[in-house]
Amino acid sequence: MTTRSRKPRVTFRFMLGTLLAYVIAIIFLLPLLWFIFAPFNDHAVLSASIPASLSLSNFGEVLDSDIAMRGLLINSPIIGIGTMLITTAVAALAAFGLSRSRLPGRQMWTYVLILFSSVVVGTASMVPIFRLIFEIGLINTHIGVILVMVGGMLPSAIFIMQDFVDGVPSSYEEAAMVMGASPLRIFKDITFPLIRPGLMVVGIWVLINAWGAFLTPYLLLRSPDLLPASVTFYRFYDEEGSPQITLIAAYAVLYTLPVLVMYLIINWRYGFRFFGGIKS
Amino acid sequence: MQRGMLSRPVGLLFLAPAIVFIAVFLVYPFFSIFQMSFTNTTLVGVNAVNPQFVGFDNYVALFNADQWMRRGEMGFSLLLTAQFVIGSGLIGQAVLGLFIAVLLHNRRGFTRELVFTLAIAAWIIPDVVVAFAWFAYLAPDGTLNNLLNTLGIAGPDWLFKHPMISIIFFNTWRGAAFSMLLFSSALSSIPPSQLETADVLGASGWQKFRDILLPQLTPYILTDLLLITLWTFNTFTPFLLTGGGPSYQTDVISIFTYRIGLRFFEFGKGSAAAMVVMIINLAIASIYLLVSRSRKVRA
Repeated sequence: MTTRSRKPRVTFRFMLGTLLAYVIAIIFLLPLLWFIFAPFNDHAVLSASIPASLSLSNFGEVLDSDIAMRGLLINSPIIGIGTMLITTAVAALAAFGLSRSRLPGRQMWTYVLILFSSVVVGTASMVPIFRLIFEIGLINTHIGVILVMVGGMLPSAIFIMQDFVDGVPSSYEEAAMVMGASPLRIFKDITFPLIRPGLMVVGIWVLINAWGAFLTPYLLLRSPDLLPASVTFYRFYDEEGSPQITLIAAYAVLYTLPVLVMYLIINWRYGFRFFGGIKS
Repeated sequence: MQRGMLSRPVGLLFLAPAIVFIAVFLVYPFFSIFQMSFTNTTLVGVNAVNPQFVGFDNYVALFNADQWMRRGEMGFSLLLTAQFVIGSGLIGQAVLGLFIAVLLHNRRGFTRELVFTLAIAAWIIPDVVVAFAWFAYLAPDGTLNNLLNTLGIAGPDWLFKHPMISIIFFNTWRGAAFSMLLFSSALSSIPPSQLETADVLGASGWQKFRDILLPQLTPYILTDLLLITLWTFNTFTPFLLTGGGPSYQTDVISIFTYRIGLRFFEFGKGSAAAMVVMIINLAIASIYLLVSRSRKVRA
């Protein structure tokens, strides 16, 4: 296809493309450079610079901060895992119900749900949700935060889960039904194990979103010892209100690492499949 | 697939937990906002226990023609939001994402992996962390200005002097990965033979993009633009970078709603603002569903 006379032009263009790609890569990298160097620099300032000597003292200081470590090791995991378990379980049940029963207009319901969940979002929906949680006395509790986040993520979770439930071959479930298994038994012993990849994908998607969520816990929690890492992140300020840069840098690494690991797991096990936007 | 394996009541039983969550956290807030927006409800005090019906007062206050375009008012906020959505969503994320996807189409190996990994990292790292990273990046003595200094340019205090441009660049960087991934997977479905034929005929890069790639990408571009508009319109992350300031210069609609409804706890006025936001969301989402439906019919 490439004749001798055209080859140089193609190579030049290829090189130009590679060059442009590296420029883009550098533009994406620059704001993150700080997080690569500052955590290991005990004299870190706002500008990224290669530390004169590698030091782990910043991490030591973070480990000494009770509120920060509570956020990272207790509160964020409680909120993240709680939201993940409830969302995944409820979404799996709903997807099974939608997929296997004679409910009319199933396609339409999924559409309406997605439409509704993209309309009632963000700070707009937080006004009545704050008031609701306040009135039922769940303000300043983990369960309040978890329930609100489950409600927000459920429509997308059901939407993703449906693909997996629809993919389960009918013959297994029919065979079980013929042998007299109850619907719950069929779901528990046949469908549930077969949609494990879907449970993983939805679970990790929810966990990543809940781990990073700022607005909901920021609005609904008040006690310092209940705050997740996303909110305690803002606790590293000295008396004058300026950020304690060394601590923030080290904490950011500890806080981000689980998200990156989870993303790598989902990417390595299942590849990047496009579920209409894996991040809301 | 075995539709109708479950009877209707049993099917509803499986759906019950989801219905409860959606009723309480999606449907109730919607109607609650509608109802509260016609009252003077507050968090504490007399109006918390016994809110008065005030008709359209909250809406009149928001759309008051005298103040509408003043700093910190809704009209001004909507104008800023339009700049932010067009700048960082439609131009920034969509164009950059499309550019990267086309640039790295049919490429394998280190270059592609590097660009993809960095863009996805920018997209997947939690809000508070990227917000602080950009705070450090744009600080007067931050990384960007230090780089500019080495080139002999004295950089300004970006977040103070150019706050809107700062959050536009921030949000472009933050979200370009979505468009990049969407367009990459769309491009991979275009048969390579079409591009090879064009090569044989001596088509230029631009001609190939315009006549082969672009027409086949059009439906995906529509989907992408609508989703990005919806997300950028509702994102609260700029708050972590600028807090809406300085002097309301980045007071986009999500921050405006938060300020009215949740910092000052004027639930009535905040709900009216939220209602306006949701009506705009509904318009964007309806267009999206119409477009994706008509696409399905054609397919």
